[in-house]
Amino acid sequence: MAQAIGNRKEKGVIRSLDYWTIIIYIALLTFGWVSVCGASYSYGETDLFSLSTRSGMQIVWIGTSIVLGFVILMLDDRYLDMFAYIIFGIMLLLLFGTIFNPHSIKGSRSWLVLGPIRLQPAEFAKFATALALAKLMNTYGFTIAKWKDFALVLGVIFVPMLFIVLQRETGSALVYLSFFLMLYREGMPGSILFTGVAMVVYFVVGIRYADTMMVYTPTSVGKFAVLLMVQLFSAGLLYVYCNDRRDTIRMAMIGLGATLVALIFGLLIIPFDLNYVEMALCVVLIIYLLYRFLATRLRNYLWITAFAVGSLMFYNVADYALNHVLEPHQRVRINVLLGLEEDLKGAGYNVHQSEIAIGSGGLQGKGFLNGTQTKLKYVPEQDTDFIFCTVGEEEGFVGSAGVLLLFLALIWRLIHLAERQVHRFGRVYGYCVVSIFLFHVFINVGMVLGLTPVIGIPLPFFSYGGSSLWGFTLLLFIFLRIDAGRNLLRN
Amino acid sequence: MKQKDFDLEYRKYVIAGVAALIVFIYIIRLFMLQITSDDYKKSADSNAFLKKIEYPSRGAILDRKGKLLVYNQPSYDIMVVMNEMKDRLDTLDFCTALGITKEEFEKRMATIKDRNKNPGYSRFTEQLFMSQLSDKDFSVFQEKMYRFPGFYIQKRSVRQYTYDMGAHVLGDVAEVSPGDIEEDDYYQPGDYIGKLGIERSYEKELRGQKGIQILLRDAHGRIQGRYKNGALDQRAVPGKNLTLGIDADLQALGERLMEGKIGAIVAIEPATGEVLCMVSSPTYDPRQMVGRLRSKNHRALSQDVWKPLLNRAIMGQYPPGSTFKTTQGLTFMTEGIINSHTLYPCSHGFNFKGLHVGCHGHAAPLPLVPALSTSCNGYFCWGLYHMINTNVSKYGSVQNAMNTWRDYMVSMGFGYRLGIDLPGEKRGLIPNAMFYDKAYKGSWNGLTIISIAIGQGEVNATPLQIANLGATIANRGYYLVPHVVKNVQGQPLDTLYTRKHYTKASKEAYDYVVQGMRSSVLGGTCKELGKYDFNACGKTGTAQNRGHDHSVFMGFAPMENPKIAVAVYVENGGWGATYGVPIGGLIMEKYLKGKLSEASIAKAKSIQERRIAYGAGDR
Repeated sequence: MAQAIGNRKEKGVIRSLDYWTIIIYIALLTFGWVSVCGASYSYGETDLFSLSTRSGMQIVWIGTSIVLGFVILMLDDRYLDMFAYIIFGIMLLLLFGTIFNPHSIKGSRSWLVLGPIRLQPAEFAKFATALALAKLMNTYGFTIAKWKDFALVLGVIFVPMLFIVLQRETGSALVYLSFFLMLYREGMPGSILFTGVAMVVYFVVGIRYADTMMVYTPTSVGKFAVLLMVQLFSAGLLYVYCNDRRDTIRMAMIGLGATLVALIFGLLIIPFDLNYVEMALCVVLIIYLLYRFLATRLRNYLWITAFAVGSLMFYNVADYALNHVLEPHQRVRINVLLGLEEDLKGAGYNVHQSEIAIGSGGLQGKGFLNGTQTKLKYVPEQDTDFIFCTVGEEEGFVGSAGVLLLFLALIWRLIHLAERQVHRFGRVYGYCVVSIFLFHVFINVGMVLGLTPVIGIPLPFFSYGGSSLWGFTLLLFIFLRIDAGRNLLRN
Repeated sequence: MKQKDFDLEYRKYVIAGVAALIVFIYIIRLFMLQITSDDYKKSADSNAFLKKIEYPSRGAILDRKGKLLVYNQPSYDIMVVMNEMKDRLDTLDFCTALGITKEEFEKRMATIKDRNKNPGYSRFTEQLFMSQLSDKDFSVFQEKMYRFPGFYIQKRSVRQYTYDMGAHVLGDVAEVSPGDIEEDDYYQPGDYIGKLGIERSYEKELRGQKGIQILLRDAHGRIQGRYKNGALDQRAVPGKNLTLGIDADLQALGERLMEGKIGAIVAIEPATGEVLCMVSSPTYDPRQMVGRLRSKNHRALSQDVWKPLLNRAIMGQYPPGSTFKTTQGLTFMTEGIINSHTLYPCSHGFNFKGLHVGCHGHAAPLPLVPALSTSCNGYFCWGLYHMINTNVSKYGSVQNAMNTWRDYMVSMGFGYRLGIDLPGEKRGLIPNAMFYDKAYKGSWNGLTIISIAIGQGEVNATPLQIANLGATIANRGYYLVPHVVKNVQGQPLDTLYTRKHYTKASKEAYDYVVQGMRSSVLGGTCKELGKYDFNACGKTGTAQNRGHDHSVFMGFAPMENPKIAVAVYVENGGWGATYGVPIGGLIMEKYLKGKLSEASIAKAKSIQERRIAYGAGDR
């Protein structure tokens, strides 16, 4: 009887496995291998399958990954739920231990060296954290609106993150921020996500254009834009959260109108610093919001006031920190990222060369193994973090846009799978996977294209290396296993 | 335990939308990078492709007898690869081997490393340390080279001249100017191009075709191999050798004879139009215009008041003087103004209606042959007067008569560029009716312009055109466009130089003019040429100008089957017989006999030593 159930279950896994995801996974692995061949190929080498080359080694990693995926599919999915905390606990210990790792590679202590094999525990901690979050949020009575529950969730996210930062792997640590996207789906107020994004926008725009002066007036464009955004964002929040259309329109009109009058006056009559006007408008806005709060006693007014005040404080603190607190080399990195410094030999070299590599690919690319930029090692880290260059150079616009669309298809498919989960456990885990893939693609491709900061994280299934490939395979196949078991009865 | 928050499900669209937006923005960015601009492609190519140029050897230049005039001499550049040199060099030993001081060494090294002065600097590639080492310095250095790791030799070549002559014809090469590069994208900064003479006019034949090797260079500047295994490489094609019509010995003699005088000698082989010698004086040593000293020497020459860079043989525009009378005889006789018996009076010149053109004493009245022999001014003035003024029935108007005259002159090679294969040829001047209508506001006639009949007045010609006149008379009525290059290796001569140009004058007229020129040798103004055993024909000229008269000679020899036609023009040399005739005779002798007689050697020496005192007023 027990055996009969077991058989049925196994058939069930194979029948209800999501083959679309498998197909996309295999496609990405194939393109990934082709790219590693292109990126690591040197002149005079012809054997792409030799184990002494990276392309040969990558085949080993791909093969073992597929075996790993198969093994996971054969597991009983109940174990995942059962052992989630234990796996997470072991992972935390491993991460903590790695902080004191004596082997440091390129200033990072994140690599554990076990004989010939080097592993990065941070790559495996992602799925463990996702499992822990899924289990935590699946517990009876859990709701994200409760402070205590929310704090627990934050704990699960930030503890491994902290350990990874201490290993000097800031890039990998930042990936954990992507879990907030999952939290948003699970009921975290959108305003928190919005506030986070707004802060990043203030920072980028404010610093990038701080020293650009508006024509004819001594006005810093960066500051001007930030102050104007504070007003418009507040008006938007007012509309969404207080449902007060009249107030929203009035505020937007006063803000834009006064700005326009000041602009005309400043440009045509007497040049002056328009930011005095903008500051005054912000102060008026804050006082008005406080007045509305006192008049209506609606707490949302207070929150929006806090948003406005917080925005102004954040901008000023960030500005001060950049100019007075950060070390010069950190400032250089930020400035290069924001396009303030043309440092083609130093920190900006990678990005510049990778733009050249991609741009030189044209519509159809130079063909497999014909990329000169990548063959001749103009782009450092070209088979790991900057692997997308090789796609751009050798496969052109068609190939690189195709790869991006393939990733988009994967993410959409995973969203679809996550939504069809019966249990919150599966859905939370699914969204964790979605968030991690989205974050990796966003940051990695954006960095190669010169649009996002240079943060050293791999492109899933493309970047050379066993740890990351195994890590992403584990992450994905655990979700596929959970999804395959969705229709089975649970006690 | 089943939880599904339907009021939150809309958020899946937000998340899916964010993912789509990111991918959409990235695809737009990819489109901008890959499709809209090809700057990145160029950057990648300039990163990766090192185009190594193989320079072809420039064609050599030989004289008509095969003597080497211009050739290439190897010179050596010393290159250094900094990365290989590093601290392993014994600087003192190195400096001694090259004969430089330690300060010079350090200064040079600093310049190489300075990216402002040397933008292509890389520690891994060859950098120029010292250029144009001579053979001797090179051999000293080469023996010790094994002790200096990181130093290499790059072979180049510079132009060398066997003789210090023919500068105007041979020309020179120099680094291309930005203008040259703009005109022809074959050239790159630092390339050489012909600047003057045949080096310029035959640049395309001489330069050959550069070869190119496309090498792949990695991020450190190291060569990683050939692009597509050399499928796109091109081998250098060497330049073609030129054989000149110039006879080196004749040229040398001509330049000797013109020492201390200003003027030109041009000799042409009438049957082919090949220029046998082309002397312009003052001249300069072509060897001055080689290598690093060129710009300094060129500047000095271009500022010289006697203008040694000017090729007077083709750029000097002079009154042809009495040599021009031959053209008048040919025209009048062909047009029927005169026949062989027509006599014109000459009473110490042409006297008519108060107009007087002087002449020296001789028997008068006289027909064409003795008129040429004695160079009678009166005869040709009367001829022109009758052609322009008294033949209204034939020509209809003075203007038509004038233009008919002009057509004869142009058919004989005057008034326009002949088209010699040298840059900068001038066209001279043959006036037409419109010219005089403008100059005299319509009121003019044959008398007004009478001096053109004797090669004065408005008429101007280059020495080349005068020599070409000699060739047309020698050929009895045609010429081939004069050219200095007889043969370009492996290709036929331009048809421009193989076509006969017939003049409008009749064969009969030529026979009488040849007789006139022969009788001038036998008993007229050229009687100095009578001593030669070849039958020379000649015509002197004494061209009036603001200063002293110019001494002119035009002739050919022998009378039957002529081998050489010569024009000599000596500025302010006085009578045609003073310089023109003896110089012309020596050139003929040298060419026809291959050497000069004892007497002629002495004569040549005395002419070589004679200096004409040019005052500042002659400039």
